[in-house]
Amino acid sequence: MTAAALLVEDLWKSFGDLDVLRGIDLAMDEHEIVCVIGASGSGKSTLLRCINLTEPIDAGRIVVEGEEITAEGVDVDRIRRRIGIVFQSYNLFPHMSVLDNVTLGPRQVLRRKRPEAEDQATELLERFGLIEKRDDYPDRLSGGQQQRVAIVRALAMDPDLLLLDEVTSALDPELIAEVLNVIRDLAAQGMTMLIATHEMGFARDIANRIAFVDEGRILEQGPPEQLFVEPREPRTRQFLQRIIEAGRL
Amino acid sequence: MSGGAGAVPPDLVPRRRRERRYSWRSLAVATVSTIVFFGVLGVIAVNAPGWERVQRTFFDWEAFSAAAPNIVRRFEVNVRLFLIAEVLILAFGLVLAVMRSLPGPVLFPVRLLATLYVDLFRALPGILVIYVLGFGIPGLRLEGVPNDPFLWGVIALTLVYSAYVSEVYRAGIESIHPSQTAAARSLGLSQLQAMRFVVVPQAVRRVIPPLLNDFIGLQKDTVLVSFIGVVEIFRQSQIRSTATFNFTPYLVTALVFLVVTIPLARFTDWLVSRERNRRYAASVKRSGDVARRGRALGGLIGRRGKDDR
Repeated sequence: MTAAALLVEDLWKSFGDLDVLRGIDLAMDEHEIVCVIGASGSGKSTLLRCINLTEPIDAGRIVVEGEEITAEGVDVDRIRRRIGIVFQSYNLFPHMSVLDNVTLGPRQVLRRKRPEAEDQATELLERFGLIEKRDDYPDRLSGGQQQRVAIVRALAMDPDLLLLDEVTSALDPELIAEVLNVIRDLAAQGMTMLIATHEMGFARDIANRIAFVDEGRILEQGPPEQLFVEPREPRTRQFLQRIIEAGRL
Repeated sequence: MSGGAGAVPPDLVPRRRRERRYSWRSLAVATVSTIVFFGVLGVIAVNAPGWERVQRTFFDWEAFSAAAPNIVRRFEVNVRLFLIAEVLILAFGLVLAVMRSLPGPVLFPVRLLATLYVDLFRALPGILVIYVLGFGIPGLRLEGVPNDPFLWGVIALTLVYSAYVSEVYRAGIESIHPSQTAAARSLGLSQLQAMRFVVVPQAVRRVIPPLLNDFIGLQKDTVLVSFIGVVEIFRQSQIRSTATFNFTPYLVTALVFLVVTIPLARFTDWLVSRERNRRYAASVKRSGDVARRGRALGGLIGRRGKDDR
């Protein structure tokens, strides 16, 4: 048996008195796509930030491709370059052109030569329809374009695992589709992705598995057709009911 | 609203004419009040009982033209001092600011050191630092340590001004949103790389106007090194003044600084207002985009409704 792409065991995280994650267990295979759903404040983003080692964890362990990344003395920067993350608010570097945004990581972290990094970036930008924005600065781009650049920036590091943290939540509705299409494209390529999202329709389409997070625990998980159609837990049913009433499923 | 964009409704025309008339009137009022104010001050000064003596000792044209060439030539020393110190200050101030901005418990001693430094050199009057370095260190008679007062003047000004400039840099660094660092670190960049490539370039751009402000202060403070024996513009006018029992040479120095400093001050103001306008324009552009997206959205919703059915 090969090692799981991601293994999270009994993960706890609190901010002050507030327990945000209360014993998360999650396993992902390579090429698998897991969508994490749940109400705002249920801990979805915190889970992703912990896996990216942006937040120090209180207890539990996280294993990526067989390596425990939460062990003492692990080089955080080395782990982060294997795990890409895309944020809700894009966080592009405003003082750099699109091309420089994408090549910064490969050049400074992977020590690639500039022409090599630029060739790879150009290829990625071309693939995601951003090539004509190559030399523009982020403030000249629409939100959807910025988010696509942010995804390309993460991809340029050739990550083993891509974390997407509510990447469409800050977008105007008509710009959401272009970003979701990029993610669909990545799914077709076999990228292993852990996606926190409020887009239920999209989650149902793309995910191999849905994990419903409630009060800092994964209350229930399963294939989309099961979880969306006949959820076992009353809390899940309640949550989905509210989503349906809001017209988002 | 009827009519095309840009067409001025007829009732606006007289109002604009009225506004223009008002702006002329306020300009005239300002001019007259300025003339009256300074005129009165001038009349008081000229009619004062001691005016003639003051005029002779401070505003003597002959003394002025005789002293000017030598004094102005000495300004070259101040300029050299300023340019060398400025480069050192910009570099050292940035090092201090980055030292103070590094996070983590391991780096606490680094932060402490930088903080103590900044506290110390902001607390000490600059002239004391100049005295201590300029007289104290050569006084030690250490082997191989230079005695050149110009050199110690540069070092003293660098030490003092780096403390101020590092605070300006630090304000800039702290104004960069932490999500920028988070994005850089998520790519695998180290804390220092994130500082170097992402935070500092944005921070420096933001603090250029306040940095220029400190330059103006430094420009004037170059005269302080005259106290440890550097013959620069101020010292030269002092020499001239004591030789002729006339204060007019100081007037030369004052005029030189006015000529150099005021344009820099205006340039700083211009930079600040340009930055403000640029940000304002950017925010207007963004809200314009939102409005445009809003219209596009209307069309899309219509289509999406049909698709769903």
